[in-house]
Amino acid sequence: MSKIEIKNIYKIFGNYPDQILPMVKEGANKELVMEETGHTVGLDNVSISIKEGEIFVCMGLSGSGKSTLIRHINRLIDPTAGQVTVDGVDVLSLDDKEILDFRKKTMSMVFQRFGLFPHKTIIENVAYGLEIQKVPEDQRKEIAQGQIDSVGLQGFEHQYPAQLSGGMQQRVGLARALATDPQILLMDEAFSALDPLIRSDMQKQLIELQSKLKKTIVFITHDLDESLKLGDHIGILNGGRLVQVGRPEDIIMNPADDYVKAFVKDVNRTKVLRAQTIMTKKDQFDATNINPSTIYKIDENTMIEEIIPKVLKERCTMNVVDKSGNTKGYITSDELSEALTKH
Amino acid sequence: MIKKLLTYLAIPVIFIWLLITSFKASRWKPDNANELLSDFSWLNDWPKWLDIPLMKWINDWFKFFNEEYGIYFEIVNNFLLGAILSLKKFLVFLPWPLVIALVVAIVFFSSGRKVGTTVFVGICTFFIGFLHPKFWDKAIETTSIMLIGILICVFFGIPLGIIMSRSRKVRNAILPVLDLMQTIPSFCYLIPGIMLFGLGAVPAIIATVIYAIPPLVRLTDLGIRLVDIEVIEAAEAFGASRRQKLLGVQLPLALPNIMQGINQCTMMALAMVVIASMIGTRGLGDEVLLGLQQLNVGKATEAGLAIVLLAIVLDRITQAYGEKIQDRNRPLDKFNEKAKMKKAAKKQVTKESTKDGMEAEVKTN
Ligand SMILES: Nc1ncnc2c1ncn2[C@@H]1O[C@H](COP(=O)(O)OP(=O)(O)OP(=O)(O)O)[C@@H](O)[C@H]1O
Ligand SMILES: [Mg+2]
Repeated sequence: MSKIEIKNIYKIFGNYPDQILPMVKEGANKELVMEETGHTVGLDNVSISIKEGEIFVCMGLSGSGKSTLIRHINRLIDPTAGQVTVDGVDVLSLDDKEILDFRKKTMSMVFQRFGLFPHKTIIENVAYGLEIQKVPEDQRKEIAQGQIDSVGLQGFEHQYPAQLSGGMQQRVGLARALATDPQILLMDEAFSALDPLIRSDMQKQLIELQSKLKKTIVFITHDLDESLKLGDHIGILNGGRLVQVGRPEDIIMNPADDYVKAFVKDVNRTKVLRAQTIMTKKDQFDATNINPSTIYKIDENTMIEEIIPKVLKERCTMNVVDKSGNTKGYITSDELSEALTKH
Repeated sequence: MIKKLLTYLAIPVIFIWLLITSFKASRWKPDNANELLSDFSWLNDWPKWLDIPLMKWINDWFKFFNEEYGIYFEIVNNFLLGAILSLKKFLVFLPWPLVIALVVAIVFFSSGRKVGTTVFVGICTFFIGFLHPKFWDKAIETTSIMLIGILICVFFGIPLGIIMSRSRKVRNAILPVLDLMQTIPSFCYLIPGIMLFGLGAVPAIIATVIYAIPPLVRLTDLGIRLVDIEVIEAAEAFGASRRQKLLGVQLPLALPNIMQGINQCTMMALAMVVIASMIGTRGLGDEVLLGLQQLNVGKATEAGLAIVLLAIVLDRITQAYGEKIQDRNRPLDKFNEKAKMKKAAKKQVTKESTKDGMEAEVKTN
């Protein structure tokens, strides 16, 4: 069963969302609704299911409804229609008190502009979630200190957020989110405000953390490279509608429409595609007249950027194998050139 | 839709009702209303019978109010008067050097140990009495009335601001009232105040509160609404309740604005206390009035100066605290950092030199 299940969510901003809903359900798009009624369609029939332990990346241009979507998961926003289920609990059925408990226990959030409390020191910021949960002071200081150490900010505990650089502030944001040990992490453009070097550093740190902690992460970005790097699955939003969901390779190889095509046009495919995606399956490949000394074994999950130089230089054939060494397929320069051609 | 229609209908109905009641109540109305239709001379000058009897209504209402609820005003009156008198007696009872020392201490700590501000305020306080010995007790009287007024403002103004920031409907209802309080000439409520509470300090306080509370309410409301939405969302995302959000995040972050509101409130209260001397409130304003009545320009100026000094002292105290809070939310600028480093370096030098000195002493021993 999936950890987070979003079913047929509609969100309309404006004075009379319920009156506009039928029109949206009949298929009127965002521009039309805006023009005729002055209401903004935030989300239009979005359904997503997110598995436990995966990083789900939600991507789209500015105004496509990414922030609106993620705020439905912890119900900072109530939908106009639809259903949100987390861990089998119908989030919308919770009353005012239960929703506070639910937010405390199940999830935390990281924000684009960090959302740190400027009047609290770093350690107080990190301990905030625990303070809300009424964890005793010395205990929460200890946990917070551990988190601060793990993001490499020891020595800054008693500074104020304004005294730290952007990258450091976002590490505080991450530490604060992790301090309550939530099962779910919601990250709304968490790295978008950082410069490229620090950004890729933070991405690495997140991947490392994830390999250890195995949280369920919903990550929002408008950057395709970032989503390909982090995402196990990617959902692409356009004008409040979900236009495609899939693994990174699916998105690159089979973009659903022109909007997605425009997105993937300039992507560096060698960093995204894996051997198993582009190989020719073994039953369709004729390996008989190939010199066995020019065949090398590679793992099915290898990125093709690692294969290219060798194939180009030695004109060799790659034998793609799974973890236990069974042959799954083959890659030659033909497969490579096919995969790297833009359609 | 129906609601809107009803409001549109209600307005002409009320207007017509007003016209009819005004006409009926008028002493100058023609004997027969039909005359109006045959003789149109009333269209030339504004007819005497076209006059809403608002004056009479208010006077009647006020009289009724005064007779029925006078006892409550008496209670409020006694309470406030008691508070002012005891505060004043206490401050007058203290030796003046002690009062100056107290002011200096308050400024020193509320400004985050800024020596310049502290010395400046100390000198200003001294000069109030130095201008004329009589002014010292008068300034204390003025301050007591103001302090009580400000306390009342804070007690009602901040909660009101908080409620306003939470609901657009409440804000839309309260804003016109605040506008009214700020634009209505102060004598319009000073005089009814006298009728309800009698001459003296209490109507002055009521007037002070009416005059000085709007900026505090506005700035509290604004301060809370200006808090970064992402910071509020962060608190909510961690499951903070409304109360935890208000006390832990919104109020502390709105504090610089609220302090600015208290500062404005203080300044306006001072202005009103001076005006209120005209309804017999004793204090520094009293001296200005006396000087003017005697055409004694020197005396009036001296008293005016004393008021300015008092204003400076109160302004510095409330301002300094707000600045101290704001400093924390600002990134350390380079100058600040340099100054700190210099200070630290100096400390080290002095420490080392004293160490050397001590060692030298030990040696000589
Ligand atoms: N509180 C609101 N009231 C009215 N309209 C809103 C509100 N919040 C969002 N919207 C509208 O909903 C749409 C989606 O907004 P959203 O913030 O989810 O976009 P986004 O994909 O996160 O964009 P960005 O990348 O700029 O953050 C936008 O058209 C926006 O104008
Ligand atoms: Mg957004």
